[in-house]
Amino acid sequence: MSAAQTTTADQPPAKQKTSPGAGTGSAGTSGTPSRKGPGAAPWLLLAPCLLIIVLIMGYPLFRLVSLSFQNFGKSELWGFKEAEFVGFDNFSKVLGDGEFWAVVARTVVFAAGAVILTMVIGMLIALLLQKVSGFVKILISVALVASWGMPIIVATAVFKWLFDADYGVLNYLMSKLPGVDMIGHNWFASGPEGLAVIMLLVIWGAVPFVVITLSAGLTQVPKELEEAARLDGAGAWGVFRHVTLPILKPIIVMLTTLSVIWDMGVFPQVFVMRNGNPEAEFQLLTTYSYQQAFVVNDYSGGSAIALVTVLLLLGVVAVYMRQMLKIGEVE
Amino acid sequence: MTSTTAPVAPLKQKTKSKLGWNVLGLLVFATLGFPVYWMLNTAFKPAKDAIDPNPRFFPTNFTLDNFKRALEISDFWGPVGRSLIVSLVVVVIGIAVGMLAALAISRFAFRGRKIVIVGILAVQMIPLVAMIIPVFLLLNDLGQYDKLTGLIITYLTFILPFTVWTLRGFIVNIPKELEESAQVDGCTPTGAFIRVVFPLLAPGMVATSVYGFIQAWNEYLYALMLMSQQNQTATVWLGNFTTKHGTEFAPMMAGSTMMAIPIVILFLIVQRKMAAGLTAGAVKG
Repeated sequence: MSAAQTTTADQPPAKQKTSPGAGTGSAGTSGTPSRKGPGAAPWLLLAPCLLIIVLIMGYPLFRLVSLSFQNFGKSELWGFKEAEFVGFDNFSKVLGDGEFWAVVARTVVFAAGAVILTMVIGMLIALLLQKVSGFVKILISVALVASWGMPIIVATAVFKWLFDADYGVLNYLMSKLPGVDMIGHNWFASGPEGLAVIMLLVIWGAVPFVVITLSAGLTQVPKELEEAARLDGAGAWGVFRHVTLPILKPIIVMLTTLSVIWDMGVFPQVFVMRNGNPEAEFQLLTTYSYQQAFVVNDYSGGSAIALVTVLLLLGVVAVYMRQMLKIGEVE
Repeated sequence: MTSTTAPVAPLKQKTKSKLGWNVLGLLVFATLGFPVYWMLNTAFKPAKDAIDPNPRFFPTNFTLDNFKRALEISDFWGPVGRSLIVSLVVVVIGIAVGMLAALAISRFAFRGRKIVIVGILAVQMIPLVAMIIPVFLLLNDLGQYDKLTGLIITYLTFILPFTVWTLRGFIVNIPKELEESAQVDGCTPTGAFIRVVFPLLAPGMVATSVYGFIQAWNEYLYALMLMSQQNQTATVWLGNFTTKHGTEFAPMMAGSTMMAIPIVILFLIVQRKMAAGLTAGAVKG
């Protein structure tokens, strides 16, 4: 909001196009820049992209919805039987299952925890980066990029090794603390503890992107505004709260939404950490849907779960959409 | 940063207060970097040292045996080759198609533009896992299951929206006036784009390609579901270290290193550009 005004100040406002061009269609072909009346040009440019997206995204999406209203198991997959429509049966089965709701609750807690911690830690590190000397900044940046670039699968393997019960370095280090004996402690014996480790892995992988993006945003905060706030007697927290935070708001909203989407979609981390077969206590919506489909061979049940997950996300996405639309409008 | 003209006393105070921040910064560095360090440390020490209950924190006996073992466990170059083909093809198609679309939404005002933007963004929001069942069935029906082409097609679903969105960010950063003045000087709109915008966009395109490549290279779920054991890609290859008899951690760390190092280096090269492209929209908003 206020960020929009301050940061676009040096850029000429690009408003002119919104009113006349689109409506009159064929106008403005001669001499004047093409954006006055673009005609078919943008659609021609968009065509290949839209075609690919509709074909490879649209159909599966349609199929996801139709599957969740069908009865589709192994025999239908092999073509022995025609899939029949069963109305809301899959949904009533899924929604009436106590285990499903336990999985939903677990997923929401997991994602919320991961998102909040990622954002808070990310913000703290971004602010810290402004305070440290050059060489420390470089060191942290290198560590950030190294963990950001790490393939998720590789990171998962590394964390599995760090948290290994017998030879994991973490148990060893913790046992060095007075009064702590963690040797042989199995982090994955209980769901909550194991998921906490997985959450740590997710956060470790997600923080770099947040830090780097927020740092880029922090450079856009006008120094004069901060100084003015300080002169008016604001402390460090006050400046952050009333100057920095409002300016960073668009970025924070974007990062939070993306994090929600990513953290609700955590799959390989759980799947690989539990050797491809997560126990009931470890199931999140993603792995649960996968298990219903490919382990139980109930493809329609799995689809129903996936669809519910998508609907859950929609609420969050709506917020993000509004943000993006605002951006789209200004340009 | 400390300004050079500052009087002596506050400067001293500043360095003093910086010490505390620096110590904290080093702690952050150590924590963030430790998993990476531990991977490298394990990869290069003898396997028997890796399973020592008193782990060594510095590699004293440097060895490459783990790498040899990692390459023995199962074919490495096959999966890497397949990942390479898939990632490259996906990026080439993604950039070519995505570039045109990005141009359309960032340089033209037209009816339906908003809907297109929302559509492309919405596609990005759909979790991959939700799509895996219908995609699996679709490829099964099309006879594209267990084929590289099938994998390429499915990867486009997440590479393409990403490419459009980031390239848009880069294009927006190039002032329209440059194009307009080229047109005033007699260029056609296409000519103006090729001569003026394209060269300025090149670094952004490189960054987007590299980043897209990395995303495709790192993908796990589709690679796992849509390819059989014989046709597995690099990410799935890493699963071969875990068997019923347990995990061979030292070679696994060596394998992880082999998979991660090229990617991390690519990342180091383009990350600055990427942050700029990704945030262009958000900050400029």
